[in-house]
Amino acid sequence: MINELNYPFDAEYIMAKKKKIKKTLLENTAGMVPKKIAILGGSTTNDIKLVMELFLLNYGIIPEFYESEYNRYYQDAMFENAELEKFAPDVIYIHTSNRNITTYPNLSSSKEDVEALLKAEMDKFSGMWKHLKEKYKCPIIQNNFDYPYYRLMGNKDSYDFHGHTYFVNRLNQAFTEFAADFEGLYICDLNYISADYGLKAWADPFYWYMYKYALCVPAIPYLSFNVANIIKSLFGKNKKGFVLDLDNTLWGGVIGDDGVDNIALGPEESEGQAYLEFQRYIKEHKQLGIILNVDSKNDYENAIAGLNHPDSELKPDEFIEIKANWDPKDRNFAQIASSLTLLPESLVFVDDNPAERAIVTGQLPGVCAPEIHKAEEYIGIIDRSGFFEVTNLSKDDLNRNAMYKENALRASLQASFENYEDYLLSLEMKAVIRSFEPIYMARIAQLTNKSNQFNLTTKRFTQEEIEAVAADDSYITLYGKLEDKFGDNGVVSVVIGHIQGDVCHIELWLMSCRVLKRDMEVAMMDELVKICSSKNIKTVVGHYYPTAKNHMVSEFYDNFGFVLESEDEDGNKEYSQRVADYEYKNKVIVLV
Amino acid sequence: MSRLEVFEKLQEIFADVFDDDTIELTDETNSNDIEDWDSLEQINLIVAIETEFSIKFQMGEVSKIKNVGEMADLILERI
Repeated sequence: MINELNYPFDAEYIMAKKKKIKKTLLENTAGMVPKKIAILGGSTTNDIKLVMELFLLNYGIIPEFYESEYNRYYQDAMFENAELEKFAPDVIYIHTSNRNITTYPNLSSSKEDVEALLKAEMDKFSGMWKHLKEKYKCPIIQNNFDYPYYRLMGNKDSYDFHGHTYFVNRLNQAFTEFAADFEGLYICDLNYISADYGLKAWADPFYWYMYKYALCVPAIPYLSFNVANIIKSLFGKNKKGFVLDLDNTLWGGVIGDDGVDNIALGPEESEGQAYLEFQRYIKEHKQLGIILNVDSKNDYENAIAGLNHPDSELKPDEFIEIKANWDPKDRNFAQIASSLTLLPESLVFVDDNPAERAIVTGQLPGVCAPEIHKAEEYIGIIDRSGFFEVTNLSKDDLNRNAMYKENALRASLQASFENYEDYLLSLEMKAVIRSFEPIYMARIAQLTNKSNQFNLTTKRFTQEEIEAVAADDSYITLYGKLEDKFGDNGVVSVVIGHIQGDVCHIELWLMSCRVLKRDMEVAMMDELVKICSSKNIKTVVGHYYPTAKNHMVSEFYDNFGFVLESEDEDGNKEYSQRVADYEYKNKVIVLV
Repeated sequence: MSRLEVFEKLQEIFADVFDDDTIELTDETNSNDIEDWDSLEQINLIVAIETEFSIKFQMGEVSKIKNVGEMADLILERI
């Protein structure tokens, strides 16, 4: 992670030093995933690509690019293109702008003419998306349109059907509606980011006339960052939660010194309003499944008193973990991550104190701690950092907070049992274990991209690839959904076996860490072997490929009694198990 | 700012843009002397110079610049 690439970044610095930054990023590429990205441009894209590369590297993605010739996006997409086919993109990014609108209405156009023009433009783009999806089966990122640089009719340009501004608004609306029903199409909201940057500067025609850039060159990092955020989200690299400081972060003042009655929080005065809005903003994240935690240097009682302040939006039960003590913050942070079974780097640290941020990011590499200074800027900085860029919102995301709460209840129940199996039985677990089904494809693809710890091969799949595997008879696919008396965990495990002759190779085996030690993997293995047996498969072969993060499953197949067949110098291991000799092991989960 | 100081700053900018500390600029240095100096890198040079010296070039000027000496003179006119 390079701090210069975290928001708020210095765009001019990035543009000037991009080659040097790239060298630094390439010094350590261990654990990074390669991805192929096709950029189809309606204007110059060279620097957009180069800067996007930096942000992607910073997210742990090593991009390889295909870049269309200048303004050849449509031809590249629609016509025979051996080079792009050979490239086989993982993502296609279509960089178009209002410069690519074929025909605008003029003042003599009739209403019908304008509708026809809109339809023609829309047909061109939607035809392209359908064709690309069919042919390349990968996610497509499409810019919507920035506003025109001038308004012939002034304000009326936006509400008279002849207006260019009106036309752009209508097209953007049509893109929005299309994308809502067309899986795999993601809109890069150029309209928003150009406004955010400042349209007058963004659209400076100097860069168009000189170099055919559709935006001003100094704004390129903002665009590239925005696209990189969509890409990293698609590949499961979003953050999952917040770890929040309290004093001068969630309220103004130091509660231990000032007392609960004197902290700044609430609608009465300006500072209190800023903290109140910030609390609301943080709380809204729970709807996205983002989990909230506290890491504060305070007496616990004071922390709770502050959160119970009458104007506090964030009451104690909004949080999963509350660490309020005098231990070093990095230690608390690590404990929070571990009790959530999450990696520290999947949590964002929000603290107004630069020294605390430095300790946490220094001790826990990969953790982001946005540089916030003033309460009125907290939202703007955190929001633009793109930590939680939403691409596919699964039902599980929406329920995640409830699940972590349920886990806390399970933990307290476990303490009352002496025998672990009795505890598992008391959970009254029920599982659905079946072949991939259409309604779960998004969740399954998401799991393959974001599961790192309980993941034997760490093989990543796009949704399109998951669908292809599901439709292929030479694969056994299984998803597992686990429910117990405290609640439904949703889809938590995914297995893909590849049948070759009378052998089934387990190409993917993963499980969400939220159901660790519940014997879900046992139920999954039993089911897999049962299916293998019914297909007259003689042997199941398992693979373990070590990564920096999946040590917890290094003995996975040993524990099932598989025989270790080989291990290479990198620690890659291959195991086998004769189907006929397998002993079914699940005693605690009922299959439904 | 003296012409020498402008040259020193240009030297740094060129080193960043082309990621090459060995470039030594003279009045006569032009796009033939630096392998990566094409039209795509030209924009990065222009933007970096505009940022460094807080100036804005006009379109006609940029295309007329023949070498680093002319570039320095143009900058000196502006600052």
